[in-house]
Amino acid sequence: MRKMNFAQAINEGIKNEMRRDPNVFLMGEDVKFGVFGVTAGLIDEFGEERVRDTPITEEAIAGGAVGAAAAGSRPIAEIMFIDFITVAMDQIVNQAAKMRYMFGGKIKLPITFRTMAGAGISAAAQHSQSLEAWFTHVPGLKVVFPATPKDALGLIISSIRDDNPVLFIEHKLLYATEGEVPDENEPIPLGVADVKRPGKDVTIVATGFMVHKALQAAEELSKEGVEAEVVDPRTLFPLDKETIYNSIKKTHKVVLVTEEVKRGAWSGELAADIAEEVFDSLKAPVKRIGALNSPVPFSPPLEKYYVPNEVDIINAVKSIV
Amino acid sequence: MEIPKETLLTMYERMVRIRKFEEKASELFAKGKLPGFIHLYIGEEATGVGVCAALREDDLITSTHRGHGNVIAKGGEPKYMMAELYGKVTGYCKGKGGSMHIADAEKGILGANGIVGAGLPIATGAALSAKLRKSGQVVACFFGDGASNEGTFHESINMGSLWKLPIVYVCENNQYGEFTSQKRHQVITDISQRATAYGIPGVTVDGMDVLAVYEAAVEAVKRAREGNGPTLLECKTYRFHGHFEGDPQLYRDKSEVEEWMAKDPIPMFGKQLLGNGVATEEELKEIQNRIQQEIDDAVKFAEDSPYPEDNETVKDIYTDLVEEGRVR
Ligand SMILES: Cc1ncc(C[n+]2csc(CCOP(=O)(O)OP(=O)(O)O)c2C)c(N)n1
Ligand SMILES: [Mg+2]
Repeated sequence: MRKMNFAQAINEGIKNEMRRDPNVFLMGEDVKFGVFGVTAGLIDEFGEERVRDTPITEEAIAGGAVGAAAAGSRPIAEIMFIDFITVAMDQIVNQAAKMRYMFGGKIKLPITFRTMAGAGISAAAQHSQSLEAWFTHVPGLKVVFPATPKDALGLIISSIRDDNPVLFIEHKLLYATEGEVPDENEPIPLGVADVKRPGKDVTIVATGFMVHKALQAAEELSKEGVEAEVVDPRTLFPLDKETIYNSIKKTHKVVLVTEEVKRGAWSGELAADIAEEVFDSLKAPVKRIGALNSPVPFSPPLEKYYVPNEVDIINAVKSIV
Repeated sequence: MEIPKETLLTMYERMVRIRKFEEKASELFAKGKLPGFIHLYIGEEATGVGVCAALREDDLITSTHRGHGNVIAKGGEPKYMMAELYGKVTGYCKGKGGSMHIADAEKGILGANGIVGAGLPIATGAALSAKLRKSGQVVACFFGDGASNEGTFHESINMGSLWKLPIVYVCENNQYGEFTSQKRHQVITDISQRATAYGIPGVTVDGMDVLAVYEAAVEAVKRAREGNGPTLLECKTYRFHGHFEGDPQLYRDKSEVEEWMAKDPIPMFGKQLLGNGVATEEELKEIQNRIQQEIDDAVKFAEDSPYPEDNETVKDIYTDLVEEGRVR
């Protein structure tokens, strides 16, 4: 085992794939330095041809990746903040996601769109959003959302190797978190959830940074004799429903925790799936926790109020156990 | 061009106000008093002030993530700005927007903006409205060299020129988009060249010389107000601080920064005012002292102000609806 932080793990995974496959290249705004240091140093090994600083031009970054992939490359395109992906939506939603289908399966688009999401640093309404649901809604895209350095490393490798467009979402509060990763750079397959904490009384499905909030809540609940099982789907699509459902069949209760604005959230889709597919296993209503239905506020106390926290999770669990 | 003394002194005062506001913000940020991140305008004072001095009070502007300077240039008040940087309820945006989203509709400031290039279409639309309403207003649209590579730049200027809208597109070319020098993000040196492609005048001026900026802006605003359409006005300038506070600035040499700092627009303008007898040393000193006091008062105002109540989070989203708060 090695120790590294989340940002280093992504860097390591990209490096691994760039060494392995000369068709892999990286482009984005200031990737030479990396605004949060994630891609720092890659240029030293791979040079400016394969580690490309682009102008500020998100649509051309995303669309450029589509074209490059269609022509035989395996691009990693960075959109610095997920909020800026709005500028590149046509290329991701109408082009990347649909080309293979529209062309009758005669093309493949191995693209990794890397982007950073989440609140927590007073970056305000245009630099803090959690927009994953927009992308799981679009057939043709895969959506990956790791919570630990180990998962980030294994999943970035799989995302790059995947022959489909993958949106790889990095929560900005995770970059500095340390964790153990295997000595070998091994891929973790997309579509496999991870039980981050076993438990028998209630299932908490949490994503991204909320996995850590859920684990904290679970520790608190444990002191009161409630053992929560924390399941991290790791990829939002494809989704490992089996692991989630198996947990629910054991605990009969479930709380879904995501940082998204609650209205229209990815967690709503999962709640609907649970209701449709394993309703008989439930002994209490599905509980869903998300951010308030508001833009992300700047002021620290408001941002704190906006984002879900351990107390919200604990209260939700207590309301059903 | 004959410029009234009052105008000249107002310009000087606004430049000093920007500088002192930004220096204070830098100091407060370093002390950990300001949340989030801030992009400072130090070094670029002549561009915002030169352009806004050519505007009417009811004219409109759009700004960028580096917006404090444009806001003050258009008449924004430091105390409400400072309170906003602190996230206090007395701030311009009740603490909901922060540094990158300061706006004051009453002063015609349609907002700083966190999205690079986003101001261009908004400004173009505001100019369209001015034309439709026959209000006689002109819009000044501020954006950076980096923003000139976004699609919105091209789409907006094309629309503005096609419809002869009353707008001045002001590129504050500070030579860098984040950590990337202009040389590494476009092959042209003068962004004003791009005006040719849209059939409008393109002008490049020394953005460290407030009078040069002012004169070019007066011309462009006149053209816009008379219904002859947009101008692309490029001001060559430089940011003395990093892209954001805390930026280690590995991408540029100290010597380059020093070279530009030698062209500091504020002392340069001060010298001009003294040289042609518009102002005395005492008058300039008085302005500096008064503004320093104003900024210190602004900090006190901000620090004494309360944070917004939690339930402010769910207000101001719609005109007629309030979202549900949290039950905890
Ligand atoms: C659409 C979008 N892309 C990227 C960013 C990140 N970003 C913020 S400021 C900036 C550089 C802008 O450069 P320029 O337009 O020259 O303005 P300057 O910072 O020099 O004032 C970038 C890339 C953003 N905020 N929005
Ligand atoms: Mg710039």
